[in-house]
Amino acid sequence: MTPPAIPRITLRINGERRQLAVEPEMPLLWALRETLALTGTKFGCGVAACGICTVHADGVPIRACVTPVSAVLSATIVTIEGLATSPVSPVASAVQQAWVARDVAQCGYCQSGQIMAATALLATDSAPTDAAINHAMRGVLCRCGTYPRIRAAIHDAAETLRAAAAP
Amino acid sequence: MMRRRTFLLAGLGAGGALFVGWAVTPPRPRLVGRTAPDIENGAVALNGWLTIAPDDTVTVVVPKAEMGQGIHTALAMLVAEELGCDWDRVRIAHSPVDAIYGNVAVIVESLPLRPEEQGPLARWLRWTTAKTARQVGLMITGGSSSIRDCWGPMRDAGASARTALVAAAAARTGVSADSCRVERGIVVCGSTRLRFGELVAEAATQKPRRVALKPMAEFTRLGIATPRLQGVRATDGTLTYSADVRLPGMLYAAVAHAPTLGGVPATFNRGAALARAGVSAVVPLAGSGYGDVAGVAVVADSWWRAQQALAALAITWTPGPHAALSSDTLTQQLRTAAQADDGFTLRGHGKAQDALDTAARTLEATYQAPYLAHATMEPMNATVRVDSGRAELWTSTQVPGVARDAVARVVGIEAEQVTVHQYVMGGGFGRRLDVDYIAQAAAIAKAVPGVPVQTLWSREEDMRHDFYRPATVSHLRAALDANGVLTGLSANSAGQQVFTEYGPRIGLGILRRVPDRTSTEGIWDQPYAIAALRASHTATALPVPVGSWRAVGHSQQAFFLESFLDEIAHATNQDPAAFRRAMLRDAPRARAVLDLVLTQSQWTTAVAPAADGQACARGMALHASFGSIVAQVAEVSLSSAGEIRVHRVVVAIDCGFPVNPNAITQQMESGVIDGLSTALYGEITIANGAIQQGNFDGYRLLRMHEAPRIETFIVPSMDEPGGVGETGLPPIAPAVANAVFALTGTRLRTMPLRLPSPVATT
Repeated sequence: MTPPAIPRITLRINGERRQLAVEPEMPLLWALRETLALTGTKFGCGVAACGICTVHADGVPIRACVTPVSAVLSATIVTIEGLATSPVSPVASAVQQAWVARDVAQCGYCQSGQIMAATALLATDSAPTDAAINHAMRGVLCRCGTYPRIRAAIHDAAETLRAAAAP
Repeated sequence: MMRRRTFLLAGLGAGGALFVGWAVTPPRPRLVGRTAPDIENGAVALNGWLTIAPDDTVTVVVPKAEMGQGIHTALAMLVAEELGCDWDRVRIAHSPVDAIYGNVAVIVESLPLRPEEQGPLARWLRWTTAKTARQVGLMITGGSSSIRDCWGPMRDAGASARTALVAAAAARTGVSADSCRVERGIVVCGSTRLRFGELVAEAATQKPRRVALKPMAEFTRLGIATPRLQGVRATDGTLTYSADVRLPGMLYAAVAHAPTLGGVPATFNRGAALARAGVSAVVPLAGSGYGDVAGVAVVADSWWRAQQALAALAITWTPGPHAALSSDTLTQQLRTAAQADDGFTLRGHGKAQDALDTAARTLEATYQAPYLAHATMEPMNATVRVDSGRAELWTSTQVPGVARDAVARVVGIEAEQVTVHQYVMGGGFGRRLDVDYIAQAAAIAKAVPGVPVQTLWSREEDMRHDFYRPATVSHLRAALDANGVLTGLSANSAGQQVFTEYGPRIGLGILRRVPDRTSTEGIWDQPYAIAALRASHTATALPVPVGSWRAVGHSQQAFFLESFLDEIAHATNQDPAAFRRAMLRDAPRARAVLDLVLTQSQWTTAVAPAADGQACARGMALHASFGSIVAQVAEVSLSSAGEIRVHRVVVAIDCGFPVNPNAITQQMESGVIDGLSTALYGEITIANGAIQQGNFDGYRLLRMHEAPRIETFIVPSMDEPGGVGETGLPPIAPAVANAVFALTGTRLRTMPLRLPSPVATT
């Protein structure tokens, strides 16, 4: 028995249109990591319980591991690899610099997800409270315990962005 | 990887260093090995620990696995300090498998000796054990031993290379070596400045007779808070883990393991899986002896397709001999065993039973801790290609030599025919001390020769097929005199033994026949002065796979002992800190750590209420492990729903000379948060022979909104460095439990810590 041929679909990822021969129900995570070799987005749980596969779809943080590619055919997708060339690049850059300055990462495996979530937060909230940070970041697990530094780095990045926006 | 019997080296002469005899203890026996490090871009290896390229890039060769503890940066600092290179030109490469990289410190540390024991017999034992360890050459990252293991050899390597570079510059310029100095990657000889990169080829031919280490007072890199080398790459998605390996033509394997302990597949529909798009093979798995269990793998051109095809197999399982096992009966078995008080004593002193029999007052309590999963964020994975008598392995592991041997044995080739490529780990915590996932990946790849196959476990397979921290119960008894002084302590724990079960899995069957230090560590090796101490353990045979979990025995024993000491203090109306301080009269380092944490936490002041007005209380704990001493004070309140909340943790640590204070602070934060996950939530339970938790919804870990403020204070020290990666974890569970007692009067003796209803009304 020959398996049925898989039709091609088109995704808009990191500013490019990419054609992929994948099933419509394949989670975006595997289309990214395997078909497109964009491995910066990590696999952690497969059930949206750890958040480390977070990417942006039209600027909104989503869990790639439970999002079928068919659900994002009309979306603009940004992954950690595409942050620098995305509309949120100034925010992302401030976040990444704050992460380095605070030496946030330990094993680093969850940090793509943390940075995508933090960038999405700061893109809509230029002065997040601790409660807002809790709300935006509680879905992204870190097994190394970098939470206190993540919180501090988000506050730092917000301050940098506010200073840059000041007249 | 380059494989040569010899390579260019400076320092002590190739022949002598390469063929070190058993009877000889050369001054620097770990400088040069039999296998050259990987060499790129015209670089030259000046010894087994560093290479220098013509463009001045210094590649530090590291034998330890980076799992978030910052060890690669710290090891590079050891070399850079002595070498005098430009820190901005330092790179990292994993070492080959070679005896010079074998971990000596961790084997010496496994002796049943208390840290302060430095008499002739203790020194002789350590010396002979170190000598044996050098012969064994077991590469292992574990036991928070990496700095202790590399503190000597890697500074020696840097100093030896620096001496050779200076000698080369002196020879070229005619200036005496004593008049030359090293400045940030440049040898300055009078008015001539020569870069390391232009000297390295000549340096390799130098044979300096005298190599001197820098006095610690002159350090300019060690002891300075240094950001980790991979910091930027961890923020832009370019830091590559073994799960990110992508090779031309590679396939992916998903695995279903027997859901019950000891189960095996009975039937499965191979044809249904093979009929699915992208599927190329179905591989039954029998287990290899490295701890991997029976199951079935599907190989496909996408991991997701392989995972989908597993469901199509519709596997039925034979449950095996342990299908009736459940946590309730198992816990009862452990409690009965602990209370029999007839375990094996590895170390102790005095006659604890006599002290109990003659005491003015006795106290006793039974504590328990559950099985725990490692739950590394990066699930187990390995990529293997088997091809015409050779194999290649891409993975992350805490034991690269064992991993190489496992692939060789599974494939049926010599170890020399296996090439190992190592990656940083998405978390370790002891899980990657086992090579079950690597042996299994080799078995799967062997069925699809010529093609690289990446075997990756789903989260559920990872959580249900771990080597768990053993569930442990401890029965503690205290003898007190009329003044409330602790005159005798007996602690009898019961549970599975980690090293006894681990050894045979990695080919070290001898560990089955020697006493397991880990079972009672955290009791007999503590700094308290107690006249009579009995620390015993009843080894319990159970079919649950167990392994090293961050801090190993210390992770439960600190909870047992430090909670029980708190009970004694309260029962005798003593301040818990003052009670401990009196018992630290002969332990000045521990006493200084205690005093530091008390001062910084304002121990004697009242605690302000939480933001929502709920009352707060403090609890404290102190614990010595892996050559360091850590004390913590936790500030705790209850939510209106009765849940334990931790607001602030103050940490004091004496880890000897603080090599990278930045990494030490990070590891204290990491230990506190990891320890809080287990103190408040962590629990693996078993029903009908199967692990019940499968993902992060059922196995709860601390999240952002639950993370406390953490303040870390490091005791300045010029002593030999101690361990850091695990030492921050043991004290937090008892500190929180002790704070809960101060707050509520309820003593929690079981982890995870849960207040009984009706307090916990939800």
